[in-house]
Amino acid sequence: MTDADCTKAITAQVNSAQADQQALEILGAGSKSFYANRVTAAPLDITAHRGIVNYEPTELVLTARAGTPLSEIAGVLGEQGQMLAFEPPSFCADATLGGAIASGLSGPARPYWGSVRDMVLGIQLLNGKGELMRFGGQVMKNVAGYDVARLNVGALGTLGVIMEVSVKVLPAPAQHASLVFEAPMIDCHTRSEQWLRAGRPLSAMLHDGERLYVRLSGTESAVADARTQLGGEPLDDKHADTFWASVHNQTHAFFATEDPIWRLSLPPGINPNEFDGEKLSEWSGQQLWLRGVQDAAALRAKAAQLGGNATAFRNKPDGISAFQPLDAVKQQLHQRIKKSFDPHAIFNPGRLYPDLEEA
Amino acid sequence: MPAHALFRQEDTQFDVALDPLIQALSEILPNDGLIVHEAGRRAYECDGLAAYKQLPLLVAVPETIEQVQAILRICHEAGVPVVTRGSGTSLSGGALPHPQGLLLAMGKFNRIREIDPERRIARVEPGVRNLSISEAAAPHGLYYAPDPSSQIACSIGGNVGENAGGVHCLKYGLTVHNVLALRVITMAGELTTIGAESLDSPGYDLLALMHGSEGMLGVVVEVTVKLLPVPLTKQVLMASFNDVESGGHAVAGIIADGIIPGGLEMMDGAAIQAAEDFVKAGYNTDAAAILICELDGSETEVADQMTAVQACLRKHGASAIQVAANDEERKRFWAGRKAAFPAVGRISPDYYCMDGTIPRKHLAYVLRRISELSAAQGLETVNVFHAGDGNLHPLILFDGNQPGQLDAAETLGSEILQLCVEVGGTVTGEHGVGVEKINEMCVQFATAEIEQFHALKNAFDPEGLLNPGKAIPTLNRCAEFGRLHVHNGELPHPDLERL
Repeated sequence: MTDADCTKAITAQVNSAQADQQALEILGAGSKSFYANRVTAAPLDITAHRGIVNYEPTELVLTARAGTPLSEIAGVLGEQGQMLAFEPPSFCADATLGGAIASGLSGPARPYWGSVRDMVLGIQLLNGKGELMRFGGQVMKNVAGYDVARLNVGALGTLGVIMEVSVKVLPAPAQHASLVFEAPMIDCHTRSEQWLRAGRPLSAMLHDGERLYVRLSGTESAVADARTQLGGEPLDDKHADTFWASVHNQTHAFFATEDPIWRLSLPPGINPNEFDGEKLSEWSGQQLWLRGVQDAAALRAKAAQLGGNATAFRNKPDGISAFQPLDAVKQQLHQRIKKSFDPHAIFNPGRLYPDLEEA
Repeated sequence: MPAHALFRQEDTQFDVALDPLIQALSEILPNDGLIVHEAGRRAYECDGLAAYKQLPLLVAVPETIEQVQAILRICHEAGVPVVTRGSGTSLSGGALPHPQGLLLAMGKFNRIREIDPERRIARVEPGVRNLSISEAAAPHGLYYAPDPSSQIACSIGGNVGENAGGVHCLKYGLTVHNVLALRVITMAGELTTIGAESLDSPGYDLLALMHGSEGMLGVVVEVTVKLLPVPLTKQVLMASFNDVESGGHAVAGIIADGIIPGGLEMMDGAAIQAAEDFVKAGYNTDAAAILICELDGSETEVADQMTAVQACLRKHGASAIQVAANDEERKRFWAGRKAAFPAVGRISPDYYCMDGTIPRKHLAYVLRRISELSAAQGLETVNVFHAGDGNLHPLILFDGNQPGQLDAAETLGSEILQLCVEVGGTVTGEHGVGVEKINEMCVQFATAEIEQFHALKNAFDPEGLLNPGKAIPTLNRCAEFGRLHVHNGELPHPDLERL
């Protein structure tokens, strides 16, 4: 596939959908079609709208069309020793930048390096009236106008078609090393705090129910120093890369199931034993995966009581919404915001919340 | 006073019955919580942008969340505009009162509710000063990262409203990257929590949207921030350059080498001279530019980076490099930069601080154009620059007592902001639009974008009562301002008459 600007074709499709009051499902590579609530609508394929529009390594900014594969971006950044620090998961080989931004999912380094929305600087958006608009920009600091760029991160395409995105990129660390510890899952938070306060270059932490896996990333001597000071068993580089990729892209055995997989986003220091089921813990204990059948309402009540939320991430049971419900005030704000961008409710109806279009 | 009117006719179409309003508010506020007399209201007539003054209709100083809710319900019902104010340090007139409105002063919300060192979280009221969070966290070896230059005075609620930055944001982010949750009251008086102590929340990212929204979407009554461990080591070095361009290249070089410094600041020759005369920081006054670079982290990491940065500075033609030998010297290197604004205040009766961000590669061109534009207005400009993130603060020197100089300074300021947009930047990096840069918003944004902003505002505040006339221009204002954004070669606002 070659770079192409398909703005005209996509705008035409949105305009005719608007005229016909026809709903559209915005599609990238479809790598996350399992995620969130199901949409029944005509497809709006953006994968042909691709290509890196601008990349300035010394400005730490990359701008690309939404259909650009993440693998292409990673390759171009890699040549300059840079990376997308939010480590977007690629659940298939052609996962796109637009999909990464719309889903707002961040990878293993999220608590240490930042999230998708932290790194988004600007977007070009096609709203439900077929208007092409730019928000934010290509600079690090920008407070002109409301932050519509970050509002679209994780909005699952319900506010418009993300056409182009500018993201902050970061230098890739010179060195990585991975260590394995015999430690209980409940120790993730305290160990992580101890290491971070000692200035250790922690970049990922995972507990699979048996062992604790830690990735260190930084300057050569900082990583070497941490390796000798932290103890644990080293994981050789080749196995480490395969292991972290399997977590990142969910090819790890934990995710090989037809049972529901729940994602819990939690405050720091929550005891994982508050929850039942098979567990995988990431993000120093702040992202907990649960495998198996759960009472959705009870799980969500528990997560909320602890200050977090629960998402039915994979194999969502019928009859429940993928995401934790909102309070009445936020629900009304969501409905009104949705209407302000997409007054005819043509984009991804129901994908975020089933009642989003009822303003 | 500025040459143009502060509020437009369409922003002041409110019909407020004062006596019933005073009656209703006095029933829910303590005796000293409602300021009616002119002398009392006078204290709130301006913020940090002191050239702009406007007396509010009333001032309310609530003490509890319930009082804020009640005030907003009353104003919502009566159709009264509300302008929220923290410490009043805004440099863009964000807290400038509305002539027909209530000024909601949050100064009594000044308690730190919780410092949780184990989880590195602080929960504070919005009137708490930025610096006092770090002070409260210091005994635990923690701090709150964003450090706007007004941090000794500015409130965390105001920081959220403006998405405040500081000198460490390239590495540690802006306010939006360091706030976990807000408790917010809508104009209708409804309380909700936006964000959470967890790293993400379901639904739209309203937390990001609230940041930099300049009090237009809701009133923040509590802020939960994350705290960071104080870096184990800090090193500061200072490099002199014979021309600004080399300094700019050195900044690009450091980043190309894979280093993100904790702070990276540049000053031009005029700023160096003013700062040196004021604080005797030991700056090289022969230099055309100096670069101050702070590296922080673990000892090994900082040692690696120090070696790399010095090599890079030499490679890009630094005429001198000084490494601070101890804490005292580090403070001295920073002192000149941190005192740059008051230092400029000593050499000029007045100065006007601008706040554009540019792609760094255009630095030399932008500085040259600023000097040309300044000469055309018969004024001088001194430049300090958050070099790491491209945020430029040109300080326009003028004398408000000389006829026409304030006008000339405002014209020059507007031209500088438009120059920032021209090179792909923005009219405001961290000070906000407020009332100051509202015209220049018409240059940066096209009609559809401005209409989308208004639609979004409408989702939160359909009656348009929160901070009217700020941040987002009306299309009429843009038509009158006349310098409109040309988008894809098309003239914007085709529906409007050209005046």
